[in-house]
Amino acid sequence: MATRISRGELAARIAADIPEGAIVNLGIGAPTLVADRIPEGREILLHTENGLLGMGPAPAPDRVDPDLINAGKQPVTALPGAAFFHHADSFGMMRGGHLDVCVMGAFQVSQRGDLANWSTGEEGAIPAIGGAMDLAIGAKAVYVMTDLLTKDGQSKLVAECTYPLTGVRCVSRVYTDYAVFDVTPAGFAVVERFGDTTHEELESMTGLSLGGAA
Amino acid sequence: MIDKVTPDIAAALADIPDGATVMIGGFGRAGQPVQLIDALIDQGAGDLTIVSNNAGNGDVGLARLIELGRVRRILCSFPRQSDSWHFDAKYRAGQIELELVPQGNLAERIRAAGAGIGAFFTPTGVGTAIAEGKEHRVIDGREYILEYPIRADFALIQAYRGDRLGNLVYRKTARNFGPIMAAAATTTIAQVDEVVEVGALDPEAVITPSIFVDRVVPVGERPWLEGGEFVGGVDVNGEPLERGGAEDHGREA
Repeated sequence: MATRISRGELAARIAADIPEGAIVNLGIGAPTLVADRIPEGREILLHTENGLLGMGPAPAPDRVDPDLINAGKQPVTALPGAAFFHHADSFGMMRGGHLDVCVMGAFQVSQRGDLANWSTGEEGAIPAIGGAMDLAIGAKAVYVMTDLLTKDGQSKLVAECTYPLTGVRCVSRVYTDYAVFDVTPAGFAVVERFGDTTHEELESMTGLSLGGAA
Repeated sequence: MIDKVTPDIAAALADIPDGATVMIGGFGRAGQPVQLIDALIDQGAGDLTIVSNNAGNGDVGLARLIELGRVRRILCSFPRQSDSWHFDAKYRAGQIELELVPQGNLAERIRAAGAGIGAFFTPTGVGTAIAEGKEHRVIDGREYILEYPIRADFALIQAYRGDRLGNLVYRKTARNFGPIMAAAATTTIAQVDEVVEVGALDPEAVITPSIFVDRVVPVGERPWLEGGEFVGGVDVNGEPLERGGAEDHGREA
């Protein structure tokens, strides 16, 4: 029986792969959990699209500063050595290839690394892109953090994305609750399976032929 | 003597006509020129094109301007918020035109306008819906799309301190779109907590040089500051922390 790990465990697994000295952008939602699980003693710098490099944890409630927020518009702090900058500089950091890693959520990732995470194309839905397209094409490594299956049991790893794309051939690696997958020229390759999850179970859940050790 | 200080906020906005394109700074609540937007609501101009990262929150500010039917068109990157109901309603009713722009393209298009750039090729959006109908070019083996500048008749921005010449400094992540919008608009109106003497701002630390600013409107210190020092005691929207279980969430503000 395939084994799932929790969001917190997955965040810790992603954090373990972020190297010393990396400049990292964490997307809104679950990816923010990664910040609290960076191994002790490892120095990384967090970038937030709204103009801060060197972002720190949330402040105490009575120390919330409305002028100091993250991309999710939540209060944060600035660590010693932090820098503030305007939006054109901030997105220049992304587009210019200066970020080492970004971690984002996904609706779908295709086996050639296309990412869909801004719209399900639903009738009447209010569209919103934010910084997702810039991050997807800009960061040196794009990590996706997601459940493998939707609530309806559909695989988020797909042969071709059916939802509107955020970026083409941009995803490097997908961290899911069942396994970690690399995007390779031959499609998805299983890097690591969690618990009792088997290669065959992953192929069955995704409906894809997967590379990596079986 | 150059003096851009305009203490009368209504006078500062008086010449914004119907049909104007107006940039509004801010990312969420940070850097939002709250008093200038309220004054624009009172001023009455309509048929506006608004350029702003978001499309308003709750029942105040830009959301109120949209609710009043004064915005014909909006260019933004992220209109959908948990409390963007006025935009949502107008959009679903077909009563507001939306140009959805990825945030980095929005910032760079604004920057390009202020810097006199005719257009630029960007990799952001290649292969997505926003690239449809746009000129493509492969440069050094990578595909790009052509994006044009976004100019405005007016920019309404928020800064921390300014002087009578129009030099501005910002505070933390409230800087966001302020400096690039200031350069991209024909007329830039900045609200500041405080106007300081010429020479009081360190030239090494000026973020927006005076050349980009036309009017400086002092609106007073915000509740989480005291004599320029951060004192806290507010929520992320700048509302005083609730004491004794008050139910008021500051919606009337």
